Amino acid sequence: MDPAVFLIHCLNALQYGLLLFLVASGLTLIFGIMGIINLAHGSFYMIGAYMAFALGPWVDRTLGGGFVATLLACVAAAAVLGYLLEAAFFSYLYRRDHLQQVLMTYGLILVFEELRSLLVGNDVHGVPMPAWLQGTVSLGGVMTYPVYRLFISAVGLAVGLLLYLVLTRTRLGMRVRAGASNREMIGALGIDIDRLYRLVFAAGVALAALAGAIAAPVSSVYPGMGSGVLIVCFVVVVIGGIGSIRGAFLAAMLVGVVETFGQVLFPAAAGVLVYVLMAAILLCKPEGLFKQG
Amino acid sequence: MPDANVMLAAHGIVRRFGGLVAVNGVSLALRRGQVHAVIGTNGAGKSTLINILSGELSASAGSVALRNQDVTAWPQPRRARAGLGRTYQRSTIFPELSVHENCRLAAQAGRQRFWQWWRGAEDCAHCRERAERALESAGLSADARRPAGLLPHGRKRQLEIAMCLAGQPDVLLLDEPLAGMGPEETDRILALLQALKHDHAILLVEHDMDAVFRVAETITVMVNGSMLASGAPAEIRANRDVQTAYLGDEA
Amino acid sequence: MRKAVPLLCCAGFLLALAILPAVAGGYATGLALKIMIYALFALSLQLLVGGAGLVSLGHAAFFGIGAYAAALLTPEGGAASLWWLLPATLSGAGLYALATGALALRTRGIYFIMVTLAFAQMAYYVFHDTAVGGGSDGIYLYFRPEPALGGALLFDLADDTVFYFFALACLALGWLFLGLLRRSPFGAALAGIRINEQRMRAAGYDTYPYKLAAYVLAGMLAGLAGFLYALKDGFVTPELLAWEQSGLVLLMVILGGLRRPGGAVLGAAGLVLLQELFQSEAVFGAYAQHWHLSLGLAIIALVALLPEGLVGLPARWRARHDGAGPAAGLGDEGADAPGPHGTTATTTRPADAPARADGRVAYTLTGDPHA
Repeated sequence: MDPAVFLIHCLNALQYGLLLFLVASGLTLIFGIMGIINLAHGSFYMIGAYMAFALGPWVDRTLGGGFVATLLACVAAAAVLGYLLEAAFFSYLYRRDHLQQVLMTYGLILVFEELRSLLVGNDVHGVPMPAWLQGTVSLGGVMTYPVYRLFISAVGLAVGLLLYLVLTRTRLGMRVRAGASNREMIGALGIDIDRLYRLVFAAGVALAALAGAIAAPVSSVYPGMGSGVLIVCFVVVVIGGIGSIRGAFLAAMLVGVVETFGQVLFPAAAGVLVYVLMAAILLCKPEGLFKQG
Repeated sequence: MPDANVMLAAHGIVRRFGGLVAVNGVSLALRRGQVHAVIGTNGAGKSTLINILSGELSASAGSVALRNQDVTAWPQPRRARAGLGRTYQRSTIFPELSVHENCRLAAQAGRQRFWQWWRGAEDCAHCRERAERALESAGLSADARRPAGLLPHGRKRQLEIAMCLAGQPDVLLLDEPLAGMGPEETDRILALLQALKHDHAILLVEHDMDAVFRVAETITVMVNGSMLASGAPAEIRANRDVQTAYLGDEA
Repeated sequence: MRKAVPLLCCAGFLLALAILPAVAGGYATGLALKIMIYALFALSLQLLVGGAGLVSLGHAAFFGIGAYAAALLTPEGGAASLWWLLPATLSGAGLYALATGALALRTRGIYFIMVTLAFAQMAYYVFHDTAVGGGSDGIYLYFRPEPALGGALLFDLADDTVFYFFALACLALGWLFLGLLRRSPFGAALAGIRINEQRMRAAGYDTYPYKLAAYVLAGMLAGLAGFLYALKDGFVTPELLAWEQSGLVLLMVILGGLRRPGGAVLGAAGLVLLQELFQSEAVFGAYAQHWHLSLGLAIIALVALLPEGLVGLPARWRARHDGAGPAAGLGDEGADAPGPHGTTATTTRPADAPARADGRVAYTLTGDPHA
């Protein structure tokens, strides 16, 4: 393989992996801290993408435009949505056993999909790429690479770093990490669990929505985008170990590499490779790479 | 020279978890007709030891022999079928089944006719008899039809022992059977142990010092994974090291 | 007398299905056939989930393999013999179950769910992306197999009525088999493994072979359901193996109630009928095309309001009328605080109670191997 092409694939793998990490980190936090299996998490990715599509023109009109402004608006809206959803629906799931959670969130997926269909229709939409992120950039004079994909990677890394700092350097982060390894203890320590859960959930939704919004210009906005990402993210969470952000990051990178290079090297088996990877890892480490708690 | 009465012998058991040595060279022998108690503070390695003896955990070094047969590599179910039974600190009975069914299921392990899909599990007379005998030994015959989950705490612990007995073991490994019991219930269990030791070799891990000194023939004291002392109760009580390290004001 | 009620309900249900073709039209009969096939599918999963406590999110793989085997092994020109097509189909599903189960059963809880999902996705991609099964378009089955004996046809499956009763017979036999299995020593052992696998190991059971056997049996029965499905419409697509299908059959099992096989049948019937209802334009008019919404809301409501599923309804009704609740005190074993005789303090932690006041074992899927 040509070294330039190899580098391109590496960058693609990085970008895809970081995108996965954004979605998976929310999922692993929610499962690790609140013990909720949320099958509808992929829907939040889809919602983020549709928000980017729907809010773009509105942001242009009222706030003077800007792609970054749209992204921030999506994140804010998604966080609010997540906060409300937790209060209205997900907080009832704590007392339920995991099977019931699986089923209720499965029902939620159906509801989200149809609501989207009712509100925005079933068409595939495009989200315009902002001018300053269009085009390609030259890498060392050897080859060119799309600017936007670098932007995605940059955002992914920045958010990842931010997440790391919040989790390891702030009091809130400390509580979140404590909660991930021992749910009963944080309640015993007198920390307001309800608010903590709501914040974590809102953050998870916001992360997934951000991923969807950022990916929208590249992948376009279409009905099935939620379920595709959901399955892969569950794979990432499971490989990485439930509740572990570090694990989610590593696993997302792994999956990014396998998927990207898999499509290039073994196109016929491309869809299967990720599952082979997961099965292989679980058979060696039945609880993921970095099990929490 | 293999001692005919020794049912379970452990030599030099060592268990490491990464850098931590949880059990450091523990040896003991369980004889029929005796209760051998293992005491120690929390973290002394008692649970790890009992898990190694029962087969749930593998030893980093050392050997375990059941009736002079080396079972160190045997998984737990195999050891159980060979006559090594254990109870757990937290009740592991089946709450939704009846008391009788709990024991019947335990007894069935000795006669697993799993291919007979057309026959009812209840039809196994062998299992039924063993269950009834176990319940009788444990003093639970009257409760046979009750759902196990409805039993008061003390009787649940008795059921735990009864389930162990249903497999007709030679060796009983009892992990804190007196946990959470009042004085009346404690007396009942101790009486049960006194009756059981005639036919079984019993290992008793316990925190209740009074009970231990009442019923045990041999006591092993563990501290930080090592054996501090081992011998008759009187010796242990008089042992300086034990007094300072563990018994303290309790003696 | 109480014990006979479930049996009578089963018999009644089967009887109703038997006389249906005589009294109802083609639409109802077609619907009933669909219900029977999904009932068999759900029954097979109930063995895993309700029997052994193994929650699989990849059960549709065996259904799909059964369907594809029937379609692929039937020659283009004519019918295959039932005597080898059916065993071949069951073997195919069973072998995949053996291979994947042997690996998947090394994991537990949520990890087990994910591995089963993974193996189902693998099978899905094989049929969807490769030339094996005609790709995403699916393939056709033109001839139903023939049960020939010595040159003569025992019965003609090409006749839809005969096929209906063949499917009914499969359902009845499968249901009977699972019922007997449940009360057999094997079934009792599975129940013990479900409630507390560690205790079963301590008693002397090698639990892995039991779980694997259950997994393979469940896979084969699902394959049988898939076989019937392929024969029904003569058309098979990869979507039969999609995770949505696995989710749907799991939903049927939960909805009906995990306690007994009949629950799975009830759940299957309920869900198929619900889908028909929500898709009916007569009832919902323009919203019929958005039936996913109604179905989703219905699922949420049903799971929220009926935690024990539909079979739990009589018990709840009885409890309300008797005044006394279901057996109190069947609480969390591990969190027992010693209390006065007959009562135990039950601590409920979020998503953590192994047993509940209604005696039903809840499913906690943590990363903890002994959950």
